[in-house]
Amino acid sequence: DQAEQFLRSGHTNNWAVLVCTSRFWFNYRHVANTLSVYRSVKRLGIPDSHIVLMLADDMACNPRNPKPATVFSHKNMELNVYGDDVEVDYRSYEVTVENFLRVLTGRIPPSTPRSKRLLSDDRSNILIYMTGHGGNGFLKFQDSEEITNVELADAFEQMWQKRRYNELLFIIDTCQGASMYERFYSPNIMALASSQVGEDSLSHQPDLGIGVHLMDRYTFYVLEFLEEIHPASQTNMNDLFQVCPKSLCVSTPGHRTDLFQRDPQNVLITDFFGSVRKVEITTEALSLDREVAAVESKFPDEELATEPLKYAEQLPVAQIIHQKPKQKDWHPPGGFILGLWALIIMVFFKTYGIKHMKHVF
Amino acid sequence: AAPLQVRLVVPMTVVFGPGSVPRDLSRPLPFRDMQEMEISVNLRTSVTSRYEMRYRSTTAQEEAALSAATAREADAALHPLQDTTMGSLTMYVVPETSSLLPQGINVYVGKQRSALVRAVGSLAALQARLREVTQLMSFTAGSIAAALSDRVPSAQLGPDARRNLKSSLGYEITFSLLNPDPKSHTVDWDIEGAVNRYVKPVLDKLSLVANFSVDSQILYYAVLGVTPRYDKESSSFLLSAHSLPHVINPVEARLGSSAASLYPVLNFLLYVPERSHSPLYIQDKDGAPVSTNAFHSPRWGGIMVYNVEAPASPQASLPLHVDVDMARVMEVFLAQLRLLFGLSREGVPPEFLLESPGNEGLADWELDHLLWAHTVENIATVSTTLTSLAQLLDKIGNIVIKDDVASEVYRAVASVQSAVTKLSLGHLHAAFQASKEAVTSSERAFFDPSLLHLLYFPDDQKFAIYIPLFLPMAVPILLSLAKIVRETRLHRKEPTKMD
Repeated sequence: DQAEQFLRSGHTNNWAVLVCTSRFWFNYRHVANTLSVYRSVKRLGIPDSHIVLMLADDMACNPRNPKPATVFSHKNMELNVYGDDVEVDYRSYEVTVENFLRVLTGRIPPSTPRSKRLLSDDRSNILIYMTGHGGNGFLKFQDSEEITNVELADAFEQMWQKRRYNELLFIIDTCQGASMYERFYSPNIMALASSQVGEDSLSHQPDLGIGVHLMDRYTFYVLEFLEEIHPASQTNMNDLFQVCPKSLCVSTPGHRTDLFQRDPQNVLITDFFGSVRKVEITTEALSLDREVAAVESKFPDEELATEPLKYAEQLPVAQIIHQKPKQKDWHPPGGFILGLWALIIMVFFKTYGIKHMKHVF
Repeated sequence: AAPLQVRLVVPMTVVFGPGSVPRDLSRPLPFRDMQEMEISVNLRTSVTSRYEMRYRSTTAQEEAALSAATAREADAALHPLQDTTMGSLTMYVVPETSSLLPQGINVYVGKQRSALVRAVGSLAALQARLREVTQLMSFTAGSIAAALSDRVPSAQLGPDARRNLKSSLGYEITFSLLNPDPKSHTVDWDIEGAVNRYVKPVLDKLSLVANFSVDSQILYYAVLGVTPRYDKESSSFLLSAHSLPHVINPVEARLGSSAASLYPVLNFLLYVPERSHSPLYIQDKDGAPVSTNAFHSPRWGGIMVYNVEAPASPQASLPLHVDVDMARVMEVFLAQLRLLFGLSREGVPPEFLLESPGNEGLADWELDHLLWAHTVENIATVSTTLTSLAQLLDKIGNIVIKDDVASEVYRAVASVQSAVTKLSLGHLHAAFQASKEAVTSSERAFFDPSLLHLLYFPDDQKFAIYIPLFLPMAVPILLSLAKIVRETRLHRKEPTKMD
């Protein structure tokens, strides 16, 4: 019963990494996708401190948005998923492949604040949702770079080596999304994609008032499904696999469970989308002697001898602006370039005759 | 996972009081003996425990101490005569008929690192009882397996595994007061005083294990996620056990955490229910109200519900002023802190009497218990980290290792070797410090930002980039080379022809 249920899933906390890899106004639907998943995940209990949201965030305040400060996920403007408590951790140009991989593997510069880190441990279940434009084996990030399925699989392996997750659910809504999970090889990963290799994922419906497509089909139906989930529901993953059949989605959603140890039948949706804590009743209490006075700490904090504080040296801006550019050190050309040029010159003179040499020297 | 072989050595002294020596003792006192036991976790990980025992009889001072009236006084008197290095244990055997131990009690475990054991007839039976005591006071196969839980196949893990806090260099403790109904209750809690009087002694004792930082906050209008049920019989509100998991989440969104520290956070929440939902009791699985009115969540923290008595007269003016009894609250919170670390006194056999640790919060042997588990866990973590780092470097040839990363790796290897050596010599404290240094160095090396490998170059991408660049240029060069070779051959043949 309840005890058995707690023994089934071994996690004690939940994290979510939600990534929207597109920017520009015509990719409105990708931002709406990500924000809708963000809303559901928050509603089911995962707090902002455990969500890493990466968005280009150029929709709500875009000059082309007829309803500023809103991002709608359904036509007739029913649901504003932007709201007033969206906490975007990586916005605009910070959404890069490098930052995404740094978040996953934990190799982050020490100055990064806590909200931008994935502080998961070996008892964390992580949900990773990615959406954008993709192809066979890659996913495009912000129109300038791409992440390949091999890099993603290696990043997950790095996470597994350091036990940064207990179980991982990877959902991707892009064209040819199934190619992104083909190369996974670490244990305890379950993956869902909106379309198979060679198929395109289609968008759902355009809104004539806003002028763009508001959502993608797969995410739209996933969200309809999630709206019926509440924190105590017992719906399992097999139901999520049935969401958006070909008749509704036009593409064929796929999933991969061979790396996952538990049977999907036993995996609750709230294991990944919500945050249901294991709880134990406290039956013991200490007995403290109330008469004790405040004790001097056995290890008193040492008084650090500090210098009196003063203003830091200001940057000599005028000097910096007017200084001459630094001479770069000259390095002799490397072996490959030298060899190539030697080959070209030798061929030229051999072909056209050695008589040209005396004109050069 | 990397192979791991660790030997844990526990130096023990067994002191026989007058009249307690077993009849079948073959050798004359004093003598030394050793018992080894293997705790095998998986095929490549084995932990051997070795108890090095020194049997001797009591000195005159110890005899005088053992003639005290109660076990507690005897234990206190024996304390200055013992070897109290961390990880060591001292057992005093008293005669079977001794009245030092109460009726029905066979073992008295003191606050430090000693125990009084009632003698049994044969040596074998006495050794069995001593083994039980030493396992309680140092480590058991279960506690070591729990520390190495990521190496144990998950099917074999018990419910205890992966429940305790992971070994970390520091922990942040946050005390929060939740007042959902400030119109009815003005709650005053002297948290700073309570921390100085009750929490600091415990954290000082635990400061050997990790650094602790404490902060506190008050949250208004923070409600629980669940509506409690009204029970007519007891005219109180009840929260059933199965609704407790849903209580934490809505509150957690409001709890902050320090932006600068990366240590795990332990939250202790004190909830003062609204006037309309008072009094509020937590029910356990059997429907009985819980005496502490508190529950905790592994690796997260604990919540206690503090009921305010109804005002004497119904016309009392709101808001009521509430002075929280911090001692009662801290008794529960500190007990929860112990449970989060895995120090529980449940499962102790009924014939054992354990001395209460008092305001220090935990006994010396419980601290040792933590250190054994954390040292083993640290060593296992370091070996896994360094092995996976080596595998990463093998797989990806073009990662550049900076000098400071390399020096951290060397330092981690030296520290972990030192930790393993010290464990096999029985120096628990030094081994723990070495293992902490090893973990710091290995984590710094593994998570160094420069190791991010972005340059994934599959072969087909290499061709796709370089061929369009070099092929057009290479065509005339190769053709000219062919022409040169032909001309040279002709040139060499010609002189012979002309002659």
